[in-house]
This record gives sequence, structure tokens and C-alpha cells, in this order.
Amino acid sequence: MRITRRYWAIALVIMIVIAAAVPGANIAYADDDDLETAMRLFAANSFSETITAIDHIVSSGAPHATAIIDALGDRRLFVAENDRSVVYRDVDGALRDCRRGEVVTNPPAALTALRINNRVRSAIAAARGALSLFDPDPQRRREAAAAVFAARDPTALPAIESALAREKDSGIADVLKLARAGIVIAKADAPVETRIEAIEVLKDHGGRDALAILGSLSPETVEPVRKAAETAISTIESRLALWSTAQNLWYGISLGSVLLLAAIGLAITFGVMGVINMAHGEMVMLGAYTTFVVQEVIRTSAPGVFDYSLAFAIPLAFLVAGSVGVGIERGVIRLLYGRALETLLATWGISLILQQAVRTIFGPTNREVGTPGFMAGTFHIGELAITWNRLYIVIFAAVIFIGLLLTLRFTSFGLNVRAVTQNRRMAGSMGIATNRIDALTFGLGSGVAGLAGVALSQIDNVSPNLGQSYIIDSFLVVVFGGVGNLWGTLVGALSLGVANKLLEPYAGAVLGKILLLVLIILFIQKRPRGLFALKGRAVEA
Amino acid sequence: MRALLAGDAYGKWFVGLLVAAAALTPVLSLLVPPTSPLHIPASTLSLYGKYLCFALLALSLDLVWGYCGILSLGHGAFFALGGYAMGMYLMRQIGTRGVYAHPELPDFMVFLNWSELPWFWYGFDHAWFAFSMVLVVPGVLAFVFGWFAFRSRVTGVYLSIITQAMTYALMLAFFRNDMGFGGNNGLTDFKDILGFPVQGEGTRAALFSASALALLVGFLVAKGIVASRFGKVLISIRDAESRVRFLGYRVENYKTFVFAVSAVMAGIAGALYVPQVGIINPSEFAPANSIEVVIWAAVGGRGTLVGPAVGAVLVNYAKTTFTTGMLAPYWPFVLGGLFVFVTMFFPKGILGTLQGYSSRLRVTSMPPARANDAVPQPAE
Repeated sequence: MRITRRYWAIALVIMIVIAAAVPGANIAYADDDDLETAMRLFAANSFSETITAIDHIVSSGAPHATAIIDALGDRRLFVAENDRSVVYRDVDGALRDCRRGEVVTNPPAALTALRINNRVRSAIAAARGALSLFDPDPQRRREAAAAVFAARDPTALPAIESALAREKDSGIADVLKLARAGIVIAKADAPVETRIEAIEVLKDHGGRDALAILGSLSPETVEPVRKAAETAISTIESRLALWSTAQNLWYGISLGSVLLLAAIGLAITFGVMGVINMAHGEMVMLGAYTTFVVQEVIRTSAPGVFDYSLAFAIPLAFLVAGSVGVGIERGVIRLLYGRALETLLATWGISLILQQAVRTIFGPTNREVGTPGFMAGTFHIGELAITWNRLYIVIFAAVIFIGLLLTLRFTSFGLNVRAVTQNRRMAGSMGIATNRIDALTFGLGSGVAGLAGVALSQIDNVSPNLGQSYIIDSFLVVVFGGVGNLWGTLVGALSLGVANKLLEPYAGAVLGKILLLVLIILFIQKRPRGLFALKGRAVEA
Repeated sequence: MRALLAGDAYGKWFVGLLVAAAALTPVLSLLVPPTSPLHIPASTLSLYGKYLCFALLALSLDLVWGYCGILSLGHGAFFALGGYAMGMYLMRQIGTRGVYAHPELPDFMVFLNWSELPWFWYGFDHAWFAFSMVLVVPGVLAFVFGWFAFRSRVTGVYLSIITQAMTYALMLAFFRNDMGFGGNNGLTDFKDILGFPVQGEGTRAALFSASALALLVGFLVAKGIVASRFGKVLISIRDAESRVRFLGYRVENYKTFVFAVSAVMAGIAGALYVPQVGIINPSEFAPANSIEVVIWAAVGGRGTLVGPAVGAVLVNYAKTTFTTGMLAPYWPFVLGGLFVFVTMFFPKGILGTLQGYSSRLRVTSMPPARANDAVPQPAE
């Protein structure tokens, strides 16, 4: 035995040298003790011994361990009748020695294939998983480590230990440590210190998976371990509660940005002209359908630029919705000037007509609008899950908001708009063509609604009813925020969005919404002109 | 009554027509043999009974919109609340004849595994209680809502929007199963009303007559209000709210009162509507329904009382004709077109225009278009 050991040691050194010399070659980490034991157990050719042998093969970490396990599964693992040595036939048909994986030059005459049954097969499956821990590809090692962490199979512990000992990648090593901790913590025969240490590892990791592991600890666990686990659980839970608040906050900001997009155009037109445009939601819908049409055209004529479809859709949606808006202003609203309630009714009629027109052209069902590749998927910050498309919408809303703010603040058109908002008659006396400003403002507001439609097509169903589902919320944002001030709309949209999402976990989605509506109704009693009301000397308040 | 209708030719015609309808239709429906051309089938009775309920709803809206300038986009809520009160009574009358044959609980509660009747269902097995709730619930809601809104001087578009928010909130609430009002499906499968079968021909004729009478009474009450000194103040509020306030009138009290009266009328309309259509569900609260009521009133003639009732019947007759035939997909175009056309080119409505022709002297019953109708005021 001693001699063989020395022989193996020398062989190992040689192999390491070779491996170092040949880039990419596997480094051999054969633990001959385990291999030896496995050989001896295999030789018995009994199911239970074979299963134990599989564990030994795994923990040996031998470079050809996978080959042996695969051979066993395919019944290519044999015991020689004469010297009870164990050999396997590799996938190319060559007979190889189990100890070193070398080709056997003089094959034994009589070979018996090792028997397997379902228990052995499941052991093989588990072993394959554990063996991936030694895979040269770090990505596969990472996946294997995560799988082992999820499975929490105590028999994988030796494999984890040996994999941990040689893992160079700290990220994978961390997952392995977690996996080890997850197993050790439940191991009744492990020393208390080790188990508490494991609990610390899990606590530092945090996360729901760690919480589940800690929570699954049996009540019979010895006192100090259980105590440690309980404190760890409460620590993780409070951290998770913080994260979930952060998540809800994010959802709220996301909803708020959608509301901002939908309401900001409404706020502009309401502020300047004092009319509520009930067809505003339909401008949003037109924007969404423009996106759909653009994508259809791109799909049929130039599928290669699909990822840039939104770049075409954004200006087009602005133009489509904006020109329809100018048309409505010129054709209807202008003629109802000064009769806000009548305007409300007429625009409601227009919204019915537009909805039905779209329903007639595109059908009543939802239309599929694709998401460009770069907007798909999710990323994580800690426990926070953020979808790319939501993030892009928040950014988009912010860009539009800032753009409008700058337009109103620094352009001559903006100056005129502000003048008309503050005092229409005085602005007119100063030579501002209030009629033209009305039309342009209405076009701008509608165009922005079209842009909102492009954004909403990414997260909502594109159907003729799309606008209807946002219009009431948009109104509430506007009356809550006050008119004539974009900051009011921003504050209104974000506070409604965040309040909605923060109420949801406690009251449920519908009840939360109802509560919010009631709160807004009450709020309007206190401030009938919204948060940021224009102040003036008008008698009619 | 004669004094009330003096000088109101359309009002007289309207009252006469309603009395005739209430008295004659049951006769034509029940006593005239089905083969006679004068016979009115029960289904037609229910249909026109429904129109009469809508007419009462439009009339109630006209009382606040046409005479006090309050454009409520939530009147459907009062209508639906009255309907639910009636629906709850009818549910309790089913007794053990439900699918689950539970003596106490309506079917949907058994289905939800509820063990006992919620407290707010108590008393609805008594007709007197349920019928008084038809008046009380919408009235109290409107009173409370108006009390807050009008005291804070929420006017114009802002008021319209919060009334819309109110009906929207109620719709969401009634859609919830655990509210105890049947959730999505609402209340249906009614059997008896006051001991008579809901589907029976006699009952239908009686319900039709009741609807006509309710409309008649509603009209006379509204007429009484607007013709009184109180009504004069209402019209002044509509035309120059601040001036009325400066003259020393408590504008909010006038508004709250008329809003509550109007809501009670809407509630009665809803209560009569439910047994005739056989169902009440949360979609009655939908904001779109309430806006539709406004167009009925506008088509008929805002501020004429008779006009909105006529408008409701006409628009709904058109709706039934359209939506049952080949033209169904085009109804939204017609309805939308009505909104645009009437507000732009026909602001006085049918009755207003007719009155304009027949008597150019009477101006009080017609609202002048106001330049500053609830525009958020520019700082001047």
C-alpha cells in the first residue's frame, strides 16, 4: 500500500507538471484513498456497496470521475473476473483502468458489467450534479454550486468540501460556503461551533432561501444552535422587510412614472386652456397603436432593425397623436371656448369615436407589441428585482418631464404658454396669438400622450380600452397636483403611484385603490385647486 | 298642480302623457287579447319601463346640472345604490328557492362559505325597510358628499372629476366579493316582489305604471323646486355663484339640498329599474354610464326637466334599435357623434330649441352659455 501511494504521489507530481505545461489541461486532483475504497466497493457488485462507491468517486475529485459515473450509468463499468479490478469502456470503446483512467493494454478475459437499479440511478444522478462542482468551466461550476445549495443533500457534503478546497473563484466559493452551511446547520452530529458558524454564513447572505433553510431547522435542535438560528432569522427578516419596502417603493416610482407620462399632457392642456380633454386617454392609445403598426412594418420589411423599432415609433407616435390633437382643438374645442363642461362632454364623444374606430380597424382584441432585446429581462440589486423595461420607462418619463420643463422655461413658445396660462386676456393684449398657442399646446399635450402610449405598449395590453384604464388616474393626478405647474404633476403622479403601491400590501390592490380615491376626494375638499395651485386675485375660486 | 304647470305647455303634455301611460298600458297589456293590434307584450312593457327609469335618472341630473350648474359625472352611483337596495330586498325574497336552498343566505354567500348574514343585510327582508333604504342610502351619500364638496367650494370641472372618482371607487368596491354584494355577478335570479312573481305579466305592467308614476312625481317635485323662490336662487347660483354668495345666501346649503334630492330621485329610478331588468351588478357604477346620462339630458334639453326625460327615452330607444341589429358596431360612433354634435351645434337640446321657437319671451328655463363656466380662473 505504502509503495503504491508513493508511486501515485510521483505520478501526481508528474501530471501536475504536465498539466501546467499544457494550457487548458485538467489538473489532476485524485485522492487515491477514495478511489481505492471505491474500487473495492465496486468489486463487490452489490447495489448498496455501489452507491457508497459512487460517493467515494465523487469526493475523490478524480479527473475521470465523471467518466466512471457515466460508464456506470450506461452499464459500461466492469469488474474483471480474475483480479476483481474495475475497468470501464469509454465512449470511444476503449477499455480504461478505473484508478488512473488509462487505457488498459491487456484487457482481462472475462468482464462482468456492474448491476444497477433505480436507487443506484438516483445516486448516479446526484453524483453527476456534485461532479459538476469540479467542472473546468466556471459557469457550470457556478450553476452546480447553486443547484447543490438548493438541494441541500447531506451526502453532497464531502464533494462540497473538496470542491471548496480547490475553488479559486471567490464568487463560486461563496455559493459553496452557503451550500455547506445549509447542510451543516441541519447536521445533528456536527459540532455546535461549526453549526453556529454556518448560521452566521447564512445570516450574512440574507435572502429568502437562507430564511427558508433557517426556518426548516427542526425544533429538537440543541439550544445554542436554535437560539443563534432564531436571531439570524429575525435579522434576515427585518432586512428583507426593508428590501420589500424598497421594492414596493420602486413599483410605486414605476407606476408614478407611468401616471406622470399619462397625465402630463393633460396637465398642460388643462393648465393653459382650462378644459378637460376626455379623449386624452385615446391619444395614449393612438401612440400605442402607432408602435404596433411600426413594429408590424418592421417585422415584414426589415426584421433586422426590430431592436430599434421604438426609435421610429417615438417620433411617429408624437406626430400621430399630436396632429389628431391639433385636429380636435381646431375642429371642436376652439368652438366651445369658455365652456369647460361642454368641452368635457364633446371630448368624451370624440374618445368614444376614436375607440370604436380603432376597434373597427385593428379588432377588439389585444395586439402584440414586442419588446426590444435590450429592454427585456430583469436585474437584481440585493433583493430588489428591477425589470429593464420598467427602468427604461422611468428614465423615459424623466427625460420627457425635463424636456417639457425646459421647453416651457427657455423657449419663446414656452414663454407664451406660461403667459396664456397666467392671464389669457393680458397675454392676448401683449400680442400673443392665444389661438395659435392653444392649438400648439393641445398638439403638444396630445403628442406627449402619444409618447406615453409608446411606453405603455411595453408594459400593458394594447387594446382599444388602453386609454380608458388610465384616464381617471390621470385626472386625479392633475387635480391632485394642481394645474399650470409641471412640478405639481410630478409630485402628484409620484405620490399617487407610491401611495398606491405602499398601500397594496396592507389593503390589497383593489381596496388600496379605493382608499386612495377616497383620500383624494377628501384632499380636494381641503385644497380645491390641488397641491400647487396658481395664486391670483380671481373672485371666482 | 295647475298653478305649477301654468305657462308650461310641454309640462302639461308630459304630465298628461305619463298619466295616460300609467293608466292605459296595463289595460292594453293585460285586458286586450294578444291577437289585437293594440296589445302590448310584456317584454315591450319591461323595455319601456326601463326607459322611464332612465328618464327619471336624466330628470334628476337635470335638476342639479340644468338648474344649479353642478355637472355630476357620478349620478349613476346613486341610481345603482337605489338598485342595490332593491336588489337586496329581492334577494331576501328568494328564500329557500335558491340553488343552495339556504333559508337565510343568498346563493352567492353560501357559495363563498359565509355562515351568517352580514349586518348590513339585516332588515332587507322587510319591504318597508328596503324601500326606505332606496331613498336613504343615495340621499345620505349625496348629502355627505355635497356637504364636504360644496362647503369647500369645489366647483366646475373639479367637482365633475371627484363625482366621477366617487362612482369609480364604488364600482371597484362593489366588484369585491368580500363586500357582500355579490361581487362581479351582482344580484340576480329574483323571484318575488311584494309577494308577486317578478316575471309575471301583471307585475310587469304594475312596475311600468309605477315607473311612469315615479317619473310623474319626480317631475312635479323638480318642477315645484325650480318654480319656487328656492329654485330662483338655484338658477342664480348657476349663473353667478359668487354674486349670490355675496348677497348673503348660503350657496353650499342650497347646493347640498338639491344634490341630495336629486340623488334620492336617481335612487328611486334605480330601484324601479332592477326588478324590470332582473339584475343589478357593479358595472352600473361604471363612470361611462354616468356620462351617458349627461348626454341624454343634453339631447333632450338641459334645464327644461321635460327635455332630459324625452332625451333619455329617445337615446335609449336608438341604442336598443342599433345594438340589436346589424349596426351594433356603429352605435359608439352614433353616441360619440351625439356628444360632439349636441354640445357644438345643439346646446339647447330638443326641448330648448322648441321652446325657443314657440316663445322667445321665456328665458328663465333656458341656460345661457356662460363664458366662465368653471374654467380654472386665471390670475387677473
